This record gives sequence, C-alpha cells and structure tokens, in this order.
Amino acid sequence: MDVTFKIRRYNPEIPGKDKPYWQEYVLKDVEPTNRVLEMLHRVKWEQDGTLSFRRSCSSGICGSDAMRINGRNRLACKLLIRDVGAKIQVEPILGLPVIKDLIVDMEPFFDHYRSVMPFYVNNDPLPADGRERLQTADDRAIFDDTTNCILCACCTTSCPSFWANGKYVGPAAIVQAHRFIFDSRDQAAKDRIDILAEPDGVWRCRTVYNCTPACPRGISVTRAIGEVKLAIMRGSPKGIINPKDIPTHE
Amino acid sequence: MQTHQFDAVIIGAGGAGLMAARYAVLGGAKVAVISKLYPSRSHTGAALGGIGAALGNLEEDKPLWHAYDTVKGGDYLTDQDAAMVLAEEAIDAVVELEHMGLPFDRTPEGRISQRRFGGHTSNFGEKPVRRACHSADRTGHMILQTLYQQCIKDDVKFFDEYHVVDLIMNNGKVAGVIAVQLGTGELHVFHAKALMFATGGWGRVWQISSNAHTLTGDGAAVLFRRGIPMQDMEFFQFHPTGLYGLGVLLTEGIRGEGGVLINGKGERFMEKYAPNIKDLASRDVVSRSIYLEVRAGNGVKGKNYVYLDIRPETVNRYLAEAGETRRIDDDHVRHALAETLDTCRTYVGVDPLTEPMPIQPTAHYAMGGIPTNVNAEVVLDANWTVLPGLYAAGECACVSAHGANRLGTNSLVDLVVFGRRGGMKMAEYVKQADFVPLPPNPAGEIEAELNRIRNNKGKSRAYELRNEMQQVMMDHVGVFREENGMKSAVESIKELRERYRNDVVIDDHGHKFNTDLMEAWELGCLLDLAQITAESAVARTESRGAHSREDFKDRDDVNWMVHTLATYKGSAAAIAGPINTELNFDKKVNLSLMEQDERFKPKARTY
Ligand SMILES: Cc1cc2nc3c(=O)[nH]c(=O)nc-3n(C[C@H](O)[C@H](O)[C@H](O)COP(=O)(O)OP(=O)(O)OC[C@H]3O[C@@H](n4cnc5c(N)ncnc54)[C@H](O)[C@@H]3O)c2cc1C
Ligand code: SF4
Ligand code: SF4
Ligand code: FES
Repeated sequence: MDVTFKIRRYNPEIPGKDKPYWQEYVLKDVEPTNRVLEMLHRVKWEQDGTLSFRRSCSSGICGSDAMRINGRNRLACKLLIRDVGAKIQVEPILGLPVIKDLIVDMEPFFDHYRSVMPFYVNNDPLPADGRERLQTADDRAIFDDTTNCILCACCTTSCPSFWANGKYVGPAAIVQAHRFIFDSRDQAAKDRIDILAEPDGVWRCRTVYNCTPACPRGISVTRAIGEVKLAIMRGSPKGIINPKDIPTHE
Repeated sequence: MQTHQFDAVIIGAGGAGLMAARYAVLGGAKVAVISKLYPSRSHTGAALGGIGAALGNLEEDKPLWHAYDTVKGGDYLTDQDAAMVLAEEAIDAVVELEHMGLPFDRTPEGRISQRRFGGHTSNFGEKPVRRACHSADRTGHMILQTLYQQCIKDDVKFFDEYHVVDLIMNNGKVAGVIAVQLGTGELHVFHAKALMFATGGWGRVWQISSNAHTLTGDGAAVLFRRGIPMQDMEFFQFHPTGLYGLGVLLTEGIRGEGGVLINGKGERFMEKYAPNIKDLASRDVVSRSIYLEVRAGNGVKGKNYVYLDIRPETVNRYLAEAGETRRIDDDHVRHALAETLDTCRTYVGVDPLTEPMPIQPTAHYAMGGIPTNVNAEVVLDANWTVLPGLYAAGECACVSAHGANRLGTNSLVDLVVFGRRGGMKMAEYVKQADFVPLPPNPAGEIEAELNRIRNNKGKSRAYELRNEMQQVMMDHVGVFREENGMKSAVESIKELRERYRNDVVIDDHGHKFNTDLMEAWELGCLLDLAQITAESAVARTESRGAHSREDFKDRDDVNWMVHTLATYKGSAAAIAGPINTELNFDKKVNLSLMEQDERFKPKARTY
C-alpha cells in the first residue's frame, strides 16, 4: 500500500526552514505490519537525509523515539502502520523546545527527573554474611509497575498541566519517585515526599488522565501519582498499598 | 573548539561504562562519561533474561561450575583465568547490584531469584542449574537504570549526546579523544590521562540483528585505525531466537521457563542435536540446529523459520514426559515473560499464550574486540604488552572470557565485573600518571574527514552501501561459512569501502544534529569491522563455537588453540584507508584451570 507521511519540520540552520512547517512524503510498497520507525527510516534513507529524529533500539526499550503520531504520543518503533492507517502525521512531542525536526531538547525533562532523588538510598550496614538484603516477593511486587519506566517522556509531554507550566515535575518524575518511595528497602521516602509536596510537585496534577494511555510501557501512571499523593497526605508510604490489590501484569 | 581536561574519560554509558565510572569516581579520580546516547538509552537496557552468578539461592552452585560452563560454552577458546575471575566475582557483583537497589525478583525466602539459562549446568555439565538472577525479563533495563541512578547520586559528570570519533595519540601514548557535540556539531577535545572504551557491539554489520541501530562498533573501529589490534573478530554470535523477519530478540529465558523449539513437522528437534539439555544447549549449537532443520526442509511452511512454543499446555506436556514435577500456567508466563508477550503482540500480532512464536537466528553478540587483560587494560600483542592509560570493557572488549561463543547471562556479568576492575585500575593509574601533551591541531584529521563526508559529491547513498554490506555478511559470514563465500565477501566489502571513500553522498550539509552525517560516519566503522571479521574468518581453518565452516567441520586443537589478532597496517589515521590487515596467531589461549584440573581440558562439546 501507499502511505503518506506529513511531518513537522524545522531547521534553525537553513533560512526559509527556520520556522516550523509541514512536509509530505509518499512511500510505496508499505506493508501493514511495517513499523512507523522503519518507514521514517525509508523516508530518510531513500528520499530525504535531512529528516532528523532520534532512535536506537527499535524494540521499544530505549525510549529514544517518542513522537506525536496522529495526535498521540507514541514510540515510533512500537507502532505498526496498520494501527495508524495510510495517512500519518508526525510531530515532535509537545512542551519541550524543538531543536531540529522531531528532535526536542530533553534537558528540562531530565532536570525534573534528577530533581526527585531518583536513586536508591539505604545507609544501614550491609548484611554481615556479605549477601543481599532480603525483601519479600510481596514487597517487591508493590513497586513493580513503576520500575518499567524508560524515561521516554511520552507521559509528561502529553500532560496539559506540564504544557501550562514547564516547572511542574511531570508524571515521569513522579513515576520514578514512586519506584523508590514504595521500595521497602529504601530510606529516603520522606525526602522525596517533601520534594513532591512542593508547589511544582504532585499537586499540579489535575488528574486529567492523559498520561496513562500515553505510556508505551503500560504503566498505570495516574495510579502511581495517586499513591504518591496519598503518601504525602499520610506523611509515609506505609500501608497505602495492599499487595493483594495489585493488578496482575499486562 | 573546546578542550576539556579530566583524569579519566569513559566513552560509553552502558553497563560497562557506568560501572567503571562509578568505581573511578569512588577511587578519587576526576571523571567524565561521554555517550552518543543518553545513558538510559544504551543497549544494556535491552538485555532480557538475566545475569549469571553462582549464588546457589535455589539449588547448590559453585563458581568453579560456572567457570567450567563458560570455558566449555566458549568451545575452549576462553581464557581460563578470565573465566574464573568472571565466575568468582559475579557473586559479589550481583550482590553489589542488589545493594545499589536493583529490584531483583525474590525467592520465597526473600533472596534473589534465579532461573535456568542455556549452557549453565551444575557439577560439570550434569544438569541445568538455576543461575541466572533476574528481574522479570528486563534485567538489563534494571541494571542500566540502577547504575545510572547511582551515578546521578554520586554526581558523575556526563557529556550526553557527544559522539566520539577519534583517539588522540602522541608519540605512541594515549592523550585523549575527539567528540562531536551532536546538538551543535562542534568538535570537542577531551584531554585525559586514562581512557576507557565501553562502546558496545557491532551487530549492525549483519542484516538480521537483535542490536540497536546505534551499535556500529565505533570504539573498536576508532582504536583499530589508530593501530590497536582487534582480537578474535571471526567469532560473532547468532542468537537462535530472533523474531522472524525482524531480528528482535526473544529471550533465552523463554526456554529457561520450559519453552521448546518445534519444527514445521511439529517435532521438538533439539532432542536430536542435544539429547541431554535439549533446547538449553548453548547458542551456537541451537542456531546451527535451526539452520540444519530449515535446510532439511523442516522449516515452518517451507520457509526459513521454526517455532518457539511457551504455551503452558505444550510446556507441561514435556515437563511431565521428563518426569519433572514443575508446571507452569498463564499467570506465571505473564509475569516471568512480560516483555516477550508485549514484543510478540506488538510486532507480529502473536499471543504466545495461545500460539507459537516464529523465530530465526539473529546476529547478536561480538565475542571478539579490543584485547584486554583481566584488569581491562588494553594489550597490544601476544606478549600481553599493556598500552598505559588505555582501557576497554563490556561488549567492545575481548578479555576473553567468552572464547568462541558466549553463554547467555555472561555478558551482563562481564560488564559489571570487568567494568568495575577497569574503573578501580584507572583510579589507581591516574594518581601516578601525567597528562600526555596534546599534539598540535589534534582534531584536524577527523574534521577533514567529517567535512569530506558532509560535502562529497557522489552517487552512493550511505544506506545502500550499508544494505549491501549487511546482505553480504549475512550470506557469507553468518551461521555457516566456507572459503569461497568468505573470500567473495572480503572482495565485496573492499569494493564497498572504495565506494564509501570516493562516492558516498549525503543530503544534510548542516551542523546541528546532523544524523545523516553521523550515520554515514558510523557506516565507515561497520565497513572496517566487517572486513576484519571476514578476513579473520577466512584465515581460521577450523570450526569452533560461533565460527562454523563447512570446509573445515572440526575443531582443531593442535593448531588453533590461539587467538587471532588483526592489526591495521598503514599509517595510523582518523580514517581507515584501504585496509591492509596483518593477522597474527601467536597469542595462546590461557589454560590455567586445566593445569590444575583435568576437567578443563578441551574435549568434544556435547550437550
Ligand atoms: C536484545 C538483547 C538482549 C540481551 N540479553 C542479555 C541477557 O539476558 N544477558 C546478558 O548477559 N546479555 C544480554 N545481552 C547482551 C548485553 O546486553 C550486551 O552485550 C551489553 O549490554 C553491552 O553493554 P556495554 O556496556 O558493553 O555496551 P552498551 O550498553 O551497548 O552501551 C554502549 C554505550 O556506548 C556509547 N557509545 C557507542 N559509540 C559511541 C561513540 N562513538 N561515542 C560516544 N559514545 C558511544 C553508547 O551511547 C552507549 O552508552 C543482550 C543483548 C541484546 C541485544
Ligand atoms: S493525570 Fe496528572 S500528570 Fe497525568 S496528564 Fe493528567 S495532570 Fe498530567
Ligand atoms: S512513565 Fe511511561 S510514558 Fe512516562 S516516561 Fe516512563 S515509560 Fe515513558
Ligand atoms: S527506538 Fe528505542 S524505544 Fe523506539
């Protein structure tokens, strides 16, 4: 089948192209099971090498190729042509400065990420037997969902609160904080809770639910945010989640 | 041009680079990590099944058994001292990852959970053992995240989206690297006392590959051009279970959970090729078996693929047949193989709980690479001469713990064990070493080369050259090889290199995020590595591990218990001219375990 790509372009180096504009490309012999990323490669390789976008793994795990495809944030490598049809509109994700074509400046996103102490803290002496700390399978299950995050920014750049105010840490950073707050071995939950209780923390979330369907890893983003909000209100993550309530994996 | 100065510069932010960075920083060095991708995008994140360590959490296990499997899996080309270091330090390294917060799955006692994996056995090959420590089937993702998180905690300095394109040497000594800042296109000089290359593999040399588009062997190629030898390049692993047509990897963990390979006639064919451990034989063996089945007309629907079946009904039937009590159900598969289910549904619309998965072997892992000793120091020759200040670890390096064929889960071990050793060693080294002065205009050559590619007026588009190379290598330097095919591959690659030098053309002549230019530059690296791979393969007149020849079907321990060293002959340059490779076979395999224990003596490899 033939597929028409309509792509949002911008190149600050070239006069005339230094304002965002749309450009169309037609590809022939496209299979319904081809992936959007492969087809963007075909555009780039066969027709126009100036088209610029990030990508690496091509298997949905590195988080490089978040883009807005037919109005929704997707990873181009995880999306099949048959699921988007023969007319495909591609734009950069929203809310971050565009550098060139589909490439946006990720620094503000990573700054928010780094601001929530996204690392494990445990200052107790190591086990005397030189082995691992123990954790029950139930305690491990509590934060399983949020360990899936690949920092692709699909959630944060689909969030109206983030668009309105770039200082909001955004759902991805909250998901990352959740992963540690609810880890029974971690000891810095209180610090993270304090950070997220700030005005640009979780309370900027108005529970619009854009983020959850945007997540290519199927993380229940809004649920994680809700759990963090509850932890803040109670001043501690303890007892908020009953392992029995955790939905089975999907 | 900006110049930066650091005690130690680490190139690559995958598992190996991050582990090294952490230890170099803890050792007191001023460290920078340069990566062409954001660290969390590195391909370590794609590793699925697990990291091997003889923790013995579920059944008895010992480092010596792990070392044995590693040596045997490597078809005895493995350096036995390196295998022992790997096996012994794996335990401590995995425990350390847990201490850094890595969320391993847990046993009922709350310990790190372990599963079976191809080629890992207890008691010198007796039976499969649960050695692969895992976090669902995204262990690599968890390792990458955890190490990156700890680096953030320790305030490691990162240069993200800086692409290293040349090594700076002065009078034979290491002085630094040159990198393109991708966002601006500017060149930066990094002046350092010590450098570590941790740039990952080059699976993109082949057409069907599990590797990321960015795995183009940059680090290995840059060093090769500057005169560092490449070791054992003929050994490249094809993983048996790539998704048909795409090459996307389906983890060996599927077979670890009980999944079986089935041919077009519905037979579990691994019973024929590896009667003992069947589907869990080591990767080279399983990949070849699939090729043989297809050749015998037993592919599915007459095509070149077979099925991998994890449907509980199938698995339980075979478990019962084998007299095992374990059974699996849908829920178990859903948790243990969440990534697999997602991958199959997304890419081929197959639900592994109700249908078998179509698979074919896919180019996966470089056993060869930059030669190092067990401290990750780069060595230049058969006498193990160290080049002071230069280090390599991870997939781009060749210690050689994996010999002629790497066992599953051993790469992740390699990253943390040798990354850590390298980081410590660098911290020590920079305390007593001085900076080697920068030569005048260190970036001149590479700048000229990048401008040549940017502005060359030719007709060959980079992707066409790349496609041709990938096809040639797939056809002639893949799972099965023979002399004429490989020789024709060498000639084709040389021709492609000519066209690349004279006739390449790109569309983007700009500077900011010029991905067109960088892809074309990466193609140059792939072409260099393809050529030395094919040349090393022609020269090795035996079959061993992943190097399987139809004209020399047997392993030849009399003549070939040696490593191949391929060196670039010509004046060292930022670009490889027509390559004249010199091959040397004086480097003997280390047999230190065998000297104490008969069981490590090379023998026929059966599973
Ligand atoms: C799909 C898949 C599944 C796997 N599963 C397993 C498994 O279960 N168990 C196991 O043990 N192994 C597994 N492996 C193998 C293992 O994941 C890799 O060998 C390992 O992760 C390589 O790590 P690394 O640190 O050497 O390099 P990588 O993680 O590949 O990182 C390379 C780094 O170098 C940087 N870089 C590269 N070139 C340049 C340059 N020119 N300039 C600057 N930076 C550069 C990149 O940005 C990146 O940060 C798997 C591999 C694949 C592909
Ligand atoms: S639920 Fe909250 S974080 Fe998610 S999109 Fe809505 S406002 Fe943003
Ligand atoms: S939560 Fe999901 S959408 Fe958001 S950054 Fe993580 S993986 Fe991406
Ligand atoms: S390319 Fe890695 S997630 Fe799409």
